[in-house]
Amino acid sequence: MAAIDFESELRRAGARATGSWGKLAFLARRHLLGAVGLAIMALFVLTALFADLIGRYDPLTVDAAHALARPSWQHWMGTDSFGRDVWSRIIHGSRISLAVGLGSTALGATFGVIIGLASGYLSGWVDLVFQRVTDILQALPLLVLALVMTAALGPSLPNVIIAIAIPLVPIVARVIRANTLALREQPFVEAAKSIGMSEMRIALRHVLPNTLAPLIVLATAQLGSTILTEASLSFLGLGIPEPYPSWGRMLSESAAEYVRVAPWLVIFPGIAISLAVFGTNLFGDALRDILDPRQRG
Amino acid sequence: MFAYIVRRLALMLVTLFGISIVIFFLLRIVPGNIVDILFAAAGYVDPSDKVELERQLGVDQPLILQYLHWIGGLLHGDLGYSYVSEKPALDEILPRIPITARLAGMALLFSASVGIPLGVISAVKQGSRLDYVLRVVSLSGLSLPSFWLGLLILTASVAMFGDIPIFNPNPKTWGELFATYCIPAMAVGFRSSALTMRITRSSMLEVLRQDYIRTARAKGASDASVNFHHALKNAILPVITVVGIEAAFLIGGLIVTETVFNIPGVARFLVEAIRWRDYPIVQNLVMFIAVVVVLANFTVDMLYAVFDPRIRYSD
Repeated sequence: MAAIDFESELRRAGARATGSWGKLAFLARRHLLGAVGLAIMALFVLTALFADLIGRYDPLTVDAAHALARPSWQHWMGTDSFGRDVWSRIIHGSRISLAVGLGSTALGATFGVIIGLASGYLSGWVDLVFQRVTDILQALPLLVLALVMTAALGPSLPNVIIAIAIPLVPIVARVIRANTLALREQPFVEAAKSIGMSEMRIALRHVLPNTLAPLIVLATAQLGSTILTEASLSFLGLGIPEPYPSWGRMLSESAAEYVRVAPWLVIFPGIAISLAVFGTNLFGDALRDILDPRQRG
Repeated sequence: MFAYIVRRLALMLVTLFGISIVIFFLLRIVPGNIVDILFAAAGYVDPSDKVELERQLGVDQPLILQYLHWIGGLLHGDLGYSYVSEKPALDEILPRIPITARLAGMALLFSASVGIPLGVISAVKQGSRLDYVLRVVSLSGLSLPSFWLGLLILTASVAMFGDIPIFNPNPKTWGELFATYCIPAMAVGFRSSALTMRITRSSMLEVLRQDYIRTARAKGASDASVNFHHALKNAILPVITVVGIEAAFLIGGLIVTETVFNIPGVARFLVEAIRWRDYPIVQNLVMFIAVVVVLANFTVDMLYAVFDPRIRYSD
């Protein structure tokens, strides 16, 4: 049902391109904003990969003599209260945002798929229990649950990833369960059963691949919100601990003091967060349009 | 309908009960109790003091008894005592609720009064340059962290007035009340207004494709009458449902915005209590938030049935 036939989609849209690059170029022209989003995401990933080359200073080196320096040729985005170069910290901070974004989305999606698939496929009491658990997890706002989780686990990168992944599980599980319930009634599942395939094999080989498209759409949509949640947690002082250059941490509460004396400390990290999230949101929207035509607005 | 309401209320209780278990045991996953932490922070340990304090706070009892004690008290309106201030938790939490409620109310008002009209315009002018701009603006609105928006407002206020606004804890007139809350409410409501706009737009587009809209146009009704009288009336329903989701969304914004603007509401209090490991406050506040979210969702479902006569809950 949700399986996407790219070829027919493209033909319907009037694409004459044949090579894979031609098809890609066609999609990029049709979804200009999505292409912009993809470009921002690529920039973000490249920055994280080559942070050591792009960052001009070590992001952790303290230089008290040049504390709170204004943006200049030496320090493009100024320095913070410890004299650390803001540009280098933002460049290196992309690694943390990327690690948390990808890590918690992947972790949340994996457990969400397992629970959603089991819940939709097995039904009965397994479904009932999983449904109640997702109800419970969804009654708490994402940030509140993540706050309590980090408070319980303690602040560190892996713990922040886990704390943000857990609120994603029920969101993914809901969607996968609904899809699985619909897929179970499809003739190809019946056909697989009639030739004597085991339930497990049907679930993994036939049902799971068909839930992939909605899963990709959902995961991309959640990527931005995981990056924002990490930024909020670190801003509140409960996320990534010092001295790691997390974008949210750079804006931490003392920023309310810096708005008077060093506005550059407030402006640049915020631009980095917003740009990264904006890119994933643009790309996620376009991806939804392409992969999930029923939701097209 | 009545059977449905009873079933929903029962499910709500099950959910809240589940949340209480999750929160209580989650906060105590880490080995070592609050007394260990307090003493570690104080830097010295006198074993007899420690045992005495553990007995006073009740943390020497098995977890399950502590849990039953908390829930039993909760049902009688006794929320226990704050570890930090040693005052009853209820007295700490209650006075902060109106502050957050005013902020949330104004933020919702802002989000609806900006988001709904812009969503309608965007849908009516679908595919136009204006629609394109509005969609990009709403998407970028969803991408701005609300605490950064707050900080930008503070930066701008320093640039223009030379200082940051001070929160006025007891506004005397309506004007003062508005002046106190309007800027933080905008910082919170901006993201929700982007969400409201996107939902209004897609819901409006759905309705504008319906046959009865074509009929209305065919009989010569004016554009304004079709768009607002025929279409918006029906398109607004899904927007209402999302208010439930927005309640959860809004709470995240309130937590960071109250911190940025130094507003002494419940949302900022939660962060402070977590930082101080003041667990009686944390667990009661999280329960309070869960009750608000669950009730918001319930109310929305009921409103849905009231506003849309086609929906009959008969389960």
